[in-house]
Amino acid sequence: MTHLSEEQLILHYYGEAEGQSLTAETHLEECTECRAAYGALQRVLNVVDGLPLPERAPHYGAQVWARIAPQIPRRRRRWELPTPFRWAALGAAMAGLLTVAFLAGRFYPQARKPVEMAKAADPHAGERILLVAVGDYLERSQMVLVELANANPKHPLDISSEQERAADLISESRLYRQTAEHTGDTKVAGVLDDLDRVLLEIAHSPSQLAPQDVENLRHRLEAEGILFKIRVLNSNVDQALAPANDAHRL
Amino acid sequence: MELTDRAYVAKARSGDADAYRVLVERHSRTLFRLAFRMTGNEQDAEDVVQESFLRAYRQLAKFDDRASFGTWLYRIAANCSLDLVRARKRRSEQLVAAEPDTREDPIASLPSGDPSPEREALSSEVRERVAAAMQDLSAAERTAFVLRHFEGMCIEEVSRVLECQPGAAKHSVFRAVQKLRRALEPVVGAAR
Repeated sequence: MTHLSEEQLILHYYGEAEGQSLTAETHLEECTECRAAYGALQRVLNVVDGLPLPERAPHYGAQVWARIAPQIPRRRRRWELPTPFRWAALGAAMAGLLTVAFLAGRFYPQARKPVEMAKAADPHAGERILLVAVGDYLERSQMVLVELANANPKHPLDISSEQERAADLISESRLYRQTAEHTGDTKVAGVLDDLDRVLLEIAHSPSQLAPQDVENLRHRLEAEGILFKIRVLNSNVDQALAPANDAHRL
Repeated sequence: MELTDRAYVAKARSGDADAYRVLVERHSRTLFRLAFRMTGNEQDAEDVVQESFLRAYRQLAKFDDRASFGTWLYRIAANCSLDLVRARKRRSEQLVAAEPDTREDPIASLPSGDPSPEREALSSEVRERVAAAMQDLSAAERTAFVLRHFEGMCIEEVSRVLECQPGAAKHSVFRAVQKLRRALEPVVGAAR
């Protein structure tokens, strides 16, 4: 009896015997020696299989993207016009801007001038403007997150609109975060940082979410407690703005 | 309907970074698995995944549309892993030459972390032997074996990743299995 070679046993193990699998199977049933050799091969490869493999979360791909994205150049979609047209468009925009500035200067109510000047002299005006902007930013972020947190987890979900808004918010958040860091407001900077991370994750998720993904996203939002943090921060902003608003009403 | 890799590659080539994001998200986990099997180290595998996607992006113009993007990516990741393994080996040799007593435990190249049931199932001696046996495979043998055994690729696909004839890929798998058998049979027999 001709025994199976080691190569034939390996091919048989991997199912690559190309039509000879049945012959090998029959031979293994009849030949004790080859059966023992095949058993030894299986044991060795089973041991190799037993080496542990660390699992990666379902959103691992989004994490990888977040790490490499800064090194991937982005196309500027709004500048797809040929170069001469770009200059023409820029010229038209500048002319428009000048006209608006001229008309604003001519027709802006003169009576309000002193108030505006007083405002400009107010050292807290800049701070209040920033607070209003942060409040608006937090409210818009909250709306995106609330929509996702309240989504029905039993149905697939298209989040492309939320993703677009999240991407816009991400580009805004940097300024607020930097300002908070600059003024030493670490709590605000921390919340903005957490919010930024959540928005980044939403913006980089697949647009179509399966029911399970919707459920996972809701759980993550709950686990982060981000909506609560935003509400607290937003109410602090409102409180800080309240005296200024009252004075304005008077 | 979900677009194919090919459609996203075409968009990414024309500068659409979001299309490339889809490809990254689609293939990251598979690539991590391959990189981990090749390098035997979690952090190295993470680095390989990132480097592979960056290399792939830079070489996107060279990608042949008729080929499978996944296979092409595997080839890049396998090469990245091999570069890293070779560099690590060189560093380790230099370290051994300088300080013979600080040699790394072969098991140290296995992933650290909490012990899982599978990890505990293998005695430390067997694990050491498996890790050492895997390290002893040549670059081609290691790649061919990982792709065939762990990733379930057929010989034909393995040969495409290795850019060699199917016969050569088949022999790389043979040699890898033979070496593993020789190294592990005594310890597997004893462990039974």
